[in-house]
Amino acid sequence: MPEPTGEPFLRLSGIRKSYPGVVALADFSMEVRPGEVIGIVGENGAGKSTLMKILGGVTEPDRGAIEVDGSVRDAFTVEDSMKAGIAFVHQELNLFENLDVAANVYIGREPRRYGFLRLIDTDRLHAAVQPLLDRLGASFSSTTPVERLSLAQRQMVEIARVLSVDARLVIFDEPTSALPVAETEKLLEVIAGLKAHGISVIFISHRLHEIVESCDRVLVLRDGHLVGALHDDGIHHDAMVKLMVGRDLKVAYAPPAVPRGEVALSARGIRTSTYPHRDIDLDLHRGEILGLAGLVGAGRTELARVLFGIDRALGGAIMLDGREARFASSADAVRAGVFLVPEDRKGAGLLLDLTIAENVSLPNLAAYCRHMLVSGERERARAERSRVELDIRTPGVTIRTGALSGGNQQKVVLAKWLAMEPRVIIFDEPTRGIDIGAKSEIYRLMRGLADNGVAVLMISSDMEEVIGVSDRVAVMHEGHISGILDRAQCSEENILRLAVGKPL
Amino acid sequence: MLKKDLGLLVLIIVVGAVVAIINPRFLSPINIANTANLVGLFGIFAIGQGFVIITGGIELSVGSMIAILGVIFIDLIANQGVPWPLAALLVIVIGLAMGLVHGLLVTRMNLQPFVVTLCGLLIYRGIARFYTHDATAGFPFGVNFPDLEWLTTGRTDIVALITGGNLHSLLIPHSFIFMIVVAVVMWFVLHRSVFGRYLFAVGKNEEAARYSGIRTTRVIVAAYIICAVLTAIAAIFFAMYTRSILPSGHGNFYELYAIAAAVLGGFSLRGGEGSIVGVVLGVILLQVLQNLVNLLGIPSSLNFAVMGSVILIGVLADNQFAKFRERRRQAQALAASQPGHGGPVPIAMRPRESEAETRA
Repeated sequence: MPEPTGEPFLRLSGIRKSYPGVVALADFSMEVRPGEVIGIVGENGAGKSTLMKILGGVTEPDRGAIEVDGSVRDAFTVEDSMKAGIAFVHQELNLFENLDVAANVYIGREPRRYGFLRLIDTDRLHAAVQPLLDRLGASFSSTTPVERLSLAQRQMVEIARVLSVDARLVIFDEPTSALPVAETEKLLEVIAGLKAHGISVIFISHRLHEIVESCDRVLVLRDGHLVGALHDDGIHHDAMVKLMVGRDLKVAYAPPAVPRGEVALSARGIRTSTYPHRDIDLDLHRGEILGLAGLVGAGRTELARVLFGIDRALGGAIMLDGREARFASSADAVRAGVFLVPEDRKGAGLLLDLTIAENVSLPNLAAYCRHMLVSGERERARAERSRVELDIRTPGVTIRTGALSGGNQQKVVLAKWLAMEPRVIIFDEPTRGIDIGAKSEIYRLMRGLADNGVAVLMISSDMEEVIGVSDRVAVMHEGHISGILDRAQCSEENILRLAVGKPL
Repeated sequence: MLKKDLGLLVLIIVVGAVVAIINPRFLSPINIANTANLVGLFGIFAIGQGFVIITGGIELSVGSMIAILGVIFIDLIANQGVPWPLAALLVIVIGLAMGLVHGLLVTRMNLQPFVVTLCGLLIYRGIARFYTHDATAGFPFGVNFPDLEWLTTGRTDIVALITGGNLHSLLIPHSFIFMIVVAVVMWFVLHRSVFGRYLFAVGKNEEAARYSGIRTTRVIVAAYIICAVLTAIAAIFFAMYTRSILPSGHGNFYELYAIAAAVLGGFSLRGGEGSIVGVVLGVILLQVLQNLVNLLGIPSSLNFAVMGSVILIGVLADNQFAKFRERRRQAQALAASQPGHGGPVPIAMRPRESEAETRA
């Protein structure tokens, strides 16, 4: 990578922002040079989002100065931020799926023709967007409807939008947390491309190896303080983690306390709607955590939905403790003790408007009844126990679930199944968007379940997680299991080879 | 009782007081009994509508169902010589079947509730008119059903009945008493039973409900059946109340009364919100308004305009009040100091706030 040169065009000095009772950002200074890729890491609540809001002009700092091209702005507004060429690419994308790529890139700024008729000049629109896509190496065109694009491709549309406003600094906020490995690589290439064009990048990610791969400089935040800066060769995983949490914390493999038991659940020639001609065969044992790796779109979530009775299999059979199980709906799976912690926590895992207690009792409501009526008292008592058992951090169990942090929400999803008698639990991306501290607690809970004889299937696209948590790893490629690795064979390279369909 | 319901109750009392001051006849026993009768008749099916609305659906065929089931009921007992209890049972079973079909079309065939029940509205109305050759269905001269008439249109002094005649109250119409019984039973069903909780869960987020192992299809179908059965019962009460049914006009717009009552009562048409107390209060307010138009000498042609205006104002006020509470809640959350989650609402392309989070 060419070394960033030139004078910094953006300089923050002595920035402080406090909210009643808490200092969100204390005496923070940084400068950004053209073509520089800066990583910012820190746990949730470390001050990253406050910093982003200040850079976006949304929040005004209590103290400190923001200098753009040598001139200090006393009030850095949203307009100032835009004029300075600062643009954002968010984790969750805001695209209009019903429109095409070009329309999304120029939404609100459409080139017009025929004077007062104000018709959209589609020729000029596409002529403006296509070169941006080419520059990003996109495999789709400006006329492609967004609904047909993959997540990574949609991200590219967002980046094209940013390029179209001549951004000088692009801030990526957790851009890869929903992306599979191969698509992440593509995104990192795009970032390198921006850098080559002299555009600066601020990259926020929980996935540290991406930071290692792409950044020239890393700033580590903890509790609102800048606790360290790493440069070039000094950027590595352990150093960052140490600074972030102030102690060593890595996904350390916790071996099972008891040897794995007999087969609890097995898929025999299961076919799903995405790959109707490929069979899936998989055995899941009691007491083990079986990781299910693969690229996004390999058919892992589809398999989970079939095993949980949400979708019907197109063929094959599900065997539960040696007997064929026919799940006509998720209610049947739940009755059989097969549970799913879904990928989409907010949309499918929980009812955000209900309280913690109501979420926990929902799948097994009849058990909380007295004289055929639901007893709020019993619900709260159970939820209170779950709160202690799982260490759900909340002021009370009658709080709206939507008010909790991601990690605590995931614990509520878990609590709802642990309140029943699980035989098989399927986790689909269990720690996506959850900070490191809560992650390790989830891992500990998973291990505890396995040690109690529950069969655990963990779908994950996070390599560190797959390798660090699983007792065995099954890898899926285009709708079938391309290989199963035991612990000794578990390496990033082996998993990747199987994930892209190559033999070991 | 929710705060929302309390607000509605206050509104009813205020409107009632104003009407009573201008025209004291509002409080005359006969006027109160008549209004209570109408509240009973409309309340029975409005409660049913509430169940469908909570699932995020809508039932537009209520008025047409009241017409067709009404003409069938009258024809059965007046012309076909069917004993009335059997005829009533038959009508309720037909209603149940209609609800079942609506529910299955919505869930199994994935049709939109609006479309399904709009077709129901047209089909049932058409069949009702065809059934009677567009003539009025009524009872031939001299045909009487004393038991049925007492049950549906009779009035009883409940207090006198309980105290053995020592104390007296107004004569309360049986339709109103029946509606109160339905409301009490349905209150337990909606607010205290497993099925009720499922209804709220499915209405709020069907996907999440499914992922919690709830048979969402059954819950939704059951809601349409409850609505249709209550509507069928209401159809019998209406038939006995009017005693003659012109199938082209009977029950016209009644579905909209029910929807309006539910909306006034705090139901969200997006589903997942509402209460029995709310919908009953909504029905009462609508009937008081109707009464107001009559008693204050407002031209009856303005009837709908008055009702529409009050609903609009009520919903607007509720909406503004909710916004106010939300702002206060946010301010409090901010005061409770969560780092990195304060600040004004950002615009697009700026950093976004994640949900107000308690720290992990």
